[in-house]
Amino acid sequence: MACVSFAKLNAASSQWIGGQQSFAQRPGPSTRLATRRVSVPIRAGAYTDELIQTAKAIASPGRGILAIDESNATCGKRLSSIGLDNTEPNRQAYRQLLLTTPGLGEYISGAILFEETLYQSTTDGKKFVDCLREQKIVPGIKVDKGLVPLPGSNNESWCQGLDGLSSRSAEYYKQGARFAKWRTVVSIPCGPSALAVKEAAWGLARYAAISQDNGLVPIVEPEILLDGDHPIERTLEVAEKVWAEVFYYLAENNVIFEGILLKPSMVTPGAEHKEKASPDTIAKYTLTMLRRRVPPAVPGIMFLSGGQSEVEATLNLNAMNQSPNPWHVSFSYARALQNTVLKTWQGRPESVEAAQKALLVRAKANSLAQLGKYSAEGESEEAKKGMFVKGYTY
Amino acid sequence: MSAFVGKYAEELIKNAKYIATPGKGILAADESTGTIGKRLAGINVENIESNRQALRELLFTSPNALSFLSGVILFEETLYQKTSDGKPFVEVLQENNVIPGIKVDKGTVEIAGTNGETTTQGFDSLGARCQQYYKAGARFAKWRAVLKIGPNEPSELSIQQNAEGLARYSIICQENGLVPIVEPEVLTDGPHDIKKCAAVTETVLAAVYKALNDHHVLLEGTLLKPNMVTPGSDSPKVSPQVIAEYTVAALRRTVPPAVPGIVFLSGGQSEEEATLNLNAMNKLDVLKPWTLSFSFGRALQQSTLKTWGGKKENVGKGQQAFLLRCKANSDATLGKYTGGSAGGLASESLFVKGYKY
Repeated sequence: MACVSFAKLNAASSQWIGGQQSFAQRPGPSTRLATRRVSVPIRAGAYTDELIQTAKAIASPGRGILAIDESNATCGKRLSSIGLDNTEPNRQAYRQLLLTTPGLGEYISGAILFEETLYQSTTDGKKFVDCLREQKIVPGIKVDKGLVPLPGSNNESWCQGLDGLSSRSAEYYKQGARFAKWRTVVSIPCGPSALAVKEAAWGLARYAAISQDNGLVPIVEPEILLDGDHPIERTLEVAEKVWAEVFYYLAENNVIFEGILLKPSMVTPGAEHKEKASPDTIAKYTLTMLRRRVPPAVPGIMFLSGGQSEVEATLNLNAMNQSPNPWHVSFSYARALQNTVLKTWQGRPESVEAAQKALLVRAKANSLAQLGKYSAEGESEEAKKGMFVKGYTY
Repeated sequence: MSAFVGKYAEELIKNAKYIATPGKGILAADESTGTIGKRLAGINVENIESNRQALRELLFTSPNALSFLSGVILFEETLYQKTSDGKPFVEVLQENNVIPGIKVDKGTVEIAGTNGETTTQGFDSLGARCQQYYKAGARFAKWRAVLKIGPNEPSELSIQQNAEGLARYSIICQENGLVPIVEPEVLTDGPHDIKKCAAVTETVLAAVYKALNDHHVLLEGTLLKPNMVTPGSDSPKVSPQVIAEYTVAALRRTVPPAVPGIVFLSGGQSEEEATLNLNAMNKLDVLKPWTLSFSFGRALQQSTLKTWGGKKENVGKGQQAFLLRCKANSDATLGKYTGGSAGGLASESLFVKGYKY
């Protein structure tokens, strides 16, 4: 039987941790009855201590994840929306704009990259991973190989990418990545079928175990698509089912929960449902779901925005943080952080600084939302525009 | 469907929350007639109805003890018994803000084809029985599933069977107004170390919560009654601090925050051990979104039984012994127990190998 070691939760930091509060500094009850720092017994694994530290660093108060792992094809859509060709230099220029934003590390704890980007550098020759490291932003890497049709299902998809995942993950770790991301989807208009839910959950569990084996904190993302005209109660039902499956298979695969992060969709009505739900309603349903399904050992829950407008995504996150939660509740946004940035940049070098400022505006807004202190006063009209696209393929 | 929200949903949530009040816990006084016979035999008292009634009257009328209890689990016979003054036990408890509970399982039987693993009986007419118990004043129920650790145990069959049983029992209770206490006991018997117990406990709890979720059980209206994570009975003992760390880690990995309270069983631990372990858990500096309390049978009654000895003139002293343990465990739920209520009796191990409940 494998040996189990103790990991002190306040152990010596890995190189990614800076300014992390130790338990002793954490605000807590004023009367301390001779409490003791706790050691968490954990399953064996070469990277276990590091996984736990990395997950905690990403789940730090006031910070969240910038998701810029669009595949080349998807990045092409973003670039063409502002009249740019989908070339490597353009993709590099865009990511450089984002990753060299001064002060980004104050609000962003992790950045998810696409494989191409993990190996790119700035025009000055500085590796992107080094730019991130300096800002105390943990680099992450998208490791799935996209969605394909699931045979025998009701027109649903499944996520590919397990073949060779172990060696790819090891390579990414060498290059500087410390967390991974795998996005699968569940469609409510298509059922979802029990088959699709089971496959989604099992694929995530296998990916998570392989990631941890290779030193990468797995972000677990079963996106329940916004498409559909269903009410919020139906979304709650499906979300509870999906997360019950996910956690059970994660446990069966002996995944260490202190070393994972979740990336759920918020519990909202379908995009075509007649009534929109307020941020408070979304918060109530989403937190109910999380409290029923997520064990407290999981350090962080980083929501996806999935087609919500920039302001909606921030307001909803803010509503969820109005009282303390057993896990860090934060963001992992792509479109909801980048939309205004792209429109401000338009591909013009002279607009880079303004675009970077726009990124900071959104990052700071979401940082405040993570702390439950955000107010929507002064937000631009652009930021309020919805980004839902029916049948959107990522 | 999401969680089942029937006509009793709000009441279930309220009662579960109340039972999980910090500073309070549960007295498990639901020994079947056969089992209570063993207890009485241990103090040379005859196993007749009047003696069973006398013991329970001693416990339920102990001055001030009830203030440390939020619930008492009863056996069916006791639910309908009265004090010698003719007052129903259920009323005595209710007047003291203690919620009466009822054991509803009908014991374990072996699963054929396994190495002595068991499943729990009791589904026939369970819904109708719960309705009767609700009418009689019960507001929570208890059902004990048992798993053991061995070279090939617990088997996947045993885990699935017991998890399904607990889930089915739970939803039937909720349909009929009783908060289900979910008890998947992993026995201490064996030479295994604490890491093995932790691994098994985590596997079992993951399966239990999967089954509860699949059966649409409303987690906010349930309580969990797990074993503490300890070394096997044939393995060297460890400190309360170590037990606390392994136990809380296992629970943090498996129990969703929607569950309001976790009320530990004591297994074969001595009264003092059980209290010290519970206290250590509540002192741990880590986030615990559920309260950690007790649902003790032997670990609350052992000294009391010995002090009483079945004699009327010893009732007062027996009640004092009971009060002492109730207060000690109440302190333990707040992390405030400083020890010292362990007389020789309180330190006696209550472990019985291959114990049949």
